[in-house]
Amino acid sequence: MGVTAPTGVEDRGSRAPRPRSAVAGDGRAEPRVRVRAPGEPRRVAYLYVAPAMLFYAVFAFAPLIYTGWLSFFDWDGITVGTWAGLDNYRELWDDPGIRTSFVHSFVLIIFYAFVPCFLGLVLASLIAHSRVRGATFFRAVLFLPQTIATVVIAIAWVWIYAPDGPLNEALRAVGLGSLARGWLGDFDFALPALGLVGSWVMFGLCLVLFLAGIQKIPISLYEAARVDGAGRVREFFAVTLPGLRGELAVALTLTTIMALRTFDLIYVSTAGGPGTQTTVPSVLVYQNAFVNGKVGLAAAVAVVLTALIFVVAFGITRIVDRDPSR
Amino acid sequence: MTAARREQLLSYAVLIVFAIIAIYPIVSIVLLALHKRSDLVTGFSIPDTLDFGTFKTAWQEGALGRGLINSFIVAGTVTVVSAVLSTFAGYAFGAMRFRGSELLFYVLLLGLIFPYEATVIPLYYVFKDAGLTDSLWALILPQIGLSVPFGTFWMRAFFRSTPGSLVEASRLDGASSFTTLWRVLLPQAWPAITTMIVLVFMWTWNEFLLALIMIQSDDLRTAPLGLALFAGANRGSNDVTLTAAAAVIVALPVVIVYVFLQRSFIRGMFAGAVKE
Repeated sequence: MGVTAPTGVEDRGSRAPRPRSAVAGDGRAEPRVRVRAPGEPRRVAYLYVAPAMLFYAVFAFAPLIYTGWLSFFDWDGITVGTWAGLDNYRELWDDPGIRTSFVHSFVLIIFYAFVPCFLGLVLASLIAHSRVRGATFFRAVLFLPQTIATVVIAIAWVWIYAPDGPLNEALRAVGLGSLARGWLGDFDFALPALGLVGSWVMFGLCLVLFLAGIQKIPISLYEAARVDGAGRVREFFAVTLPGLRGELAVALTLTTIMALRTFDLIYVSTAGGPGTQTTVPSVLVYQNAFVNGKVGLAAAVAVVLTALIFVVAFGITRIVDRDPSR
Repeated sequence: MTAARREQLLSYAVLIVFAIIAIYPIVSIVLLALHKRSDLVTGFSIPDTLDFGTFKTAWQEGALGRGLINSFIVAGTVTVVSAVLSTFAGYAFGAMRFRGSELLFYVLLLGLIFPYEATVIPLYYVFKDAGLTDSLWALILPQIGLSVPFGTFWMRAFFRSTPGSLVEASRLDGASSFTTLWRVLLPQAWPAITTMIVLVFMWTWNEFLLALIMIQSDDLRTAPLGLALFAGANRGSNDVTLTAAAAVIVALPVVIVYVFLQRSFIRGMFAGAVKE
């Protein structure tokens, strides 16, 4: 998914020794702490960097700044806009519909981030130390949802949740037919139902990530825990969880950002309905900017959404970095 | 039964259950697509006879051929251009020292995080003024801009991991920076480049919002956009099999690549991420 941009992928390899001064930050060569980059400052580097930076600056970074600028205007997209100061932000704050859309985002975070990370941690620690044939196969299958276009995922799940779809048929088959309903048309269940789709997409990623992480925890730590008489639960909190700190941070960042960015799934499956029960900020950005002609307000929502994403990304990284045990 | 054996069985049970959960929605939509259009499908149902007629109808009615071609043009161009640009930039960031490299790199890293929603509004209005909306350029140019942060980040990690002595030796031999890249480093870089290409292609292929906003003409739709509109038009007509068939066709190219290159996919999304 264009939406699946590679967030959360961080260059930990380079961060470990904190090479701030060694990596040419100030351009002076430091012969003793040479890390990788050999040689003197090189002007030619700018030539190599320029084309990529140009595309990025013109088509990504400048529009980002421009969105911020637009958020201070009252503009319908056609006539001349007028300066509105912070009016759009005030409207954003006062409008219960917009506030609710952010609440919906937080509900989605629970389903996109917490549920898969929790499940992934528990299951990974259960199965990490047994020899399993076909690990590659399982990994590939669990990861498959990540590769499917969100539009396709939405269509598949609309069918599963449909009034006569597999979920309701299964409920009827086990005598729970009274629970059957059109899940995505239900005021109470539409948002959690979409959230579960997010859990489904993210779960495999979290599990695969954690399994890989556990393999890197020295087995001697587990042996030591056993010698100390730790049970599985103690072992989990004393060895596995601290050992997976980095992976957990990556998984949480990645999935939280995905939750905040959710657009395709909702646009295709419910378009924000029923009523506004599944309306999230990105849907409001789209509607206000391209349907309702409230471009300034749309830009303000986009700015707040982006700010939230930055806070999440940097917040989680900070928390992990500060850990004294590393 | 020993404890180790019990643990192993538990592992299999967990993995099998969750593998089924992961694959069920995909299987169900494929099964749905294999039904005849006249079949009234409810719940989990395996078709009596294999029928590819629905695929044919979906292909024609959804104009999927055009959509797939457009998606190939967009994803192909974005992937090739951003791979070249990212390799150059990653080379500079990973193997050279220059003033301001840290600052530039951090600014670029922001691009890994911020959402399309934050850029599409001005992109749409600026492109409209320039007469670029409703063209494939409106999809290609911004997506190159949003792909180079990952590509550069990824290639920088690769170039940092190559022994500095290689570059030094090459320079002592009097090779230019480009010769060093071309002769010494690139031959080792192909696995990293493949991974980058595969991921950027997938993200671009699956992109939806930008196409939704920029494209108005029927014959410029990308595959996901065409699919979404097709599904919307079919909703309520009870023609679930047709929508399912179209969805399978749109997902197939990436899934095929994934089946062959799944190691690259998974490594790309993790490696470098968690090296600790």
